[in-house]
Amino acid sequence: MTSQPAELQPPDLQPSDILARAEILRKSLSVGFRDETVKSIYSEAERIARRAVHAPDERRWDLDQRIDRLVTSPILGLPIMMALLATVFWLTIVGANIPSQMLATALFWIGDQAQALFNAIGVPWWITGFIWDGVYLSMAWVIAVMLPPMAIFFPIFTFLEDLGYLPRVAFNLDYLFKRAGAHGKQSLTMTMGFGCNAAGVIATRVIDSPRERLIAILTNNFVPCNGRFPTLIMLSTVFVAASFSPAVSSIVAAGSVLTIVLIGILFTVVVSWALSRTMLKGEASAFTLELPPYRRPNFTRILYTSLIDRTIFVLWRAMLTAAPAGAVIWLLGNIYINSISLAQYIANFLNPLGLLIGLDGVILLAYIVAIPANEIVVPTMMMVYLGTGMMTDIPSLSSLHALLVGAHGWTMLTVVNLMLFSLLHNPCATTIMTISKETGSRKWATFGALMPLSIAFLVCFTTASIARWMGWV
Amino acid sequence: MDCESCPANAHLAQMGLKLDKFDRVVALAGNPNTGKSTLFNSLTGLKQHTGNWPGKTVTRAEGGYEFNHIRYKLVDLPGTYSLLSASQDEEVARDFILFGQPDCTIVVTDATALERNLNLVLQVLEITEKVVVAVNLIDEARRKGLEVDTRSLARDLGVPAIPVVARTGEGIQMLLSTVADVISGAITVQARHIDGTQEFQRAVAELVPMIEELAPGVPNARWLAIRLLDGDTRVQAALLNGELADLVARQRRSGVSFSRKIALEGAQ
Repeated sequence: MTSQPAELQPPDLQPSDILARAEILRKSLSVGFRDETVKSIYSEAERIARRAVHAPDERRWDLDQRIDRLVTSPILGLPIMMALLATVFWLTIVGANIPSQMLATALFWIGDQAQALFNAIGVPWWITGFIWDGVYLSMAWVIAVMLPPMAIFFPIFTFLEDLGYLPRVAFNLDYLFKRAGAHGKQSLTMTMGFGCNAAGVIATRVIDSPRERLIAILTNNFVPCNGRFPTLIMLSTVFVAASFSPAVSSIVAAGSVLTIVLIGILFTVVVSWALSRTMLKGEASAFTLELPPYRRPNFTRILYTSLIDRTIFVLWRAMLTAAPAGAVIWLLGNIYINSISLAQYIANFLNPLGLLIGLDGVILLAYIVAIPANEIVVPTMMMVYLGTGMMTDIPSLSSLHALLVGAHGWTMLTVVNLMLFSLLHNPCATTIMTISKETGSRKWATFGALMPLSIAFLVCFTTASIARWMGWV
Repeated sequence: MDCESCPANAHLAQMGLKLDKFDRVVALAGNPNTGKSTLFNSLTGLKQHTGNWPGKTVTRAEGGYEFNHIRYKLVDLPGTYSLLSASQDEEVARDFILFGQPDCTIVVTDATALERNLNLVLQVLEITEKVVVAVNLIDEARRKGLEVDTRSLARDLGVPAIPVVARTGEGIQMLLSTVADVISGAITVQARHIDGTQEFQRAVAELVPMIEELAPGVPNARWLAIRLLDGDTRVQAALLNGELADLVARQRRSGVSFSRKIALEGAQ
């Protein structure tokens, strides 16, 4: 280690002395010294690379570039992207339909048998009910509703990610974000949000400017995550598409999921724009977005990532939250005060507010119970209908439509608003916690939860008012 | 070279998250989307999520592998284009290479875009000499008709450059034995530095002894001097609040290198 003899230096060298000296020395350097350093790195890199890399003489036909010119073209880029998304949704919907029904039938049959067995050996009714009607049933709902779409959607999504298509999506959208006064890389973090909003929030670390990063964090929730896709897919399959002929119903379903996604992107951009004009004022900063080469995806890794890391992970998380939620709902539905159940009380209390925004009290109650994880909103809703005795029989997925529309007064407005509410409402507890951690501020986390919730209420109120005014409902 | 250290006979064992005992710390740096995480996974046997897009790894991931009976902790750093700016992911990478002092840093480069990748390699070389350059995606380069002469590269950089294909495992044994040799000193490295103008060199030469006196034993005095000349606030702060001297002193006292200290403290 080289250390100078003491007499050459002042006896007590302070850090500030070094800084002061560095300051003076910097002034002695030419003004462009910083640029010169960077430039010398670049020219050195260029020189070394030129010596080490031997490129073929003739310009090879570059497939990557041809494809990129097409999928990122100003005219065709967005339509191609939408067509691709629609295809993914369509494949998911068509493929998931039958397995979902079979799973539901099988799991509910198992529940019935177990319940019969419990009754036969004389287990008290409330234990049987708590376990099988509460905990088990909600978990069965989660598996039946979520597993098949995820097992199809995630591998396709991971395939596109591995292939290198996601940065192209970002490239197509980056212009929109810049116009909104946000960072172009927000298009990347938004795309991440399709996987998981909490992951999308963490991904915003690639954005340098704190202002733009905050915008990206606060608006990430407006794209539906993996937890909400199954809800949206189920709603559009069972309700929206049901009024069309079977030949086109899956196409209609895919189209409505796509529409919801586009509405989500629209809200991301509009809210980013509003934030950068009001609370988070500033200019958009420039950046370069690298388009990686297309790579042949590794299929075993795709299956592993999508099935183990994503499908099983999301399903497991959903089941962990569904079990206690099911228990809570069962208790609420079976604790009676003056012969009215607690769930009924709460649902009745929330009903006026629910009806005002085109939903109902039961749906709002389900959303409150499902705050820990968005995945379980639909199952919880079913449980509330069950638990409040509004639905006496366990329905199969296909009879759901007839029951809710027939017996509980669901209209097209209910379904559309349910999808909009699911898209826009507050993020799940995990995402809120992540926002709090990433911003280091409870204030922003609270804002990140309440702002989307207010927007969800406002939008649903507007659509409900329009529908009523037009006399549609 | 005896049989034991011959790459063909080398013994690689994935250690996953078993990180309680390890002998060496190796950092993985590189531009975004060059296959750092793929290399990380194939060495450690972990399933750090990989994806074909830049900016995927924003935090440090850590795992272990054993090679020739030496246990290594591998730290996967976020991909960065440079070490000079202030975004959070670049700071994570820079702080670890600077203050974490890994025993060796593997800079993963993309053979199909070598020039751009070398910018980062040159910047890392300013901080540490214990570097092995992994020229990844050689297969993709071949497909594009590009030929990379790693020997010329190694000669120009002053550190070893190994062609690899992280996805298939091609060249991994060679890479690991080279890393081991750089750490043990069996391979001597002589990293090239950027010269700059005469005044620049004089200014650096004046600051280096001052920094070394303040924090005796600091290994990257030259780089710190350059950063100070550039007005880097992070380095200024580390100097003023004693973080730098503190780190050096702690290492001297305990005989534990920073990298181990930092690696043990925070896996975030």
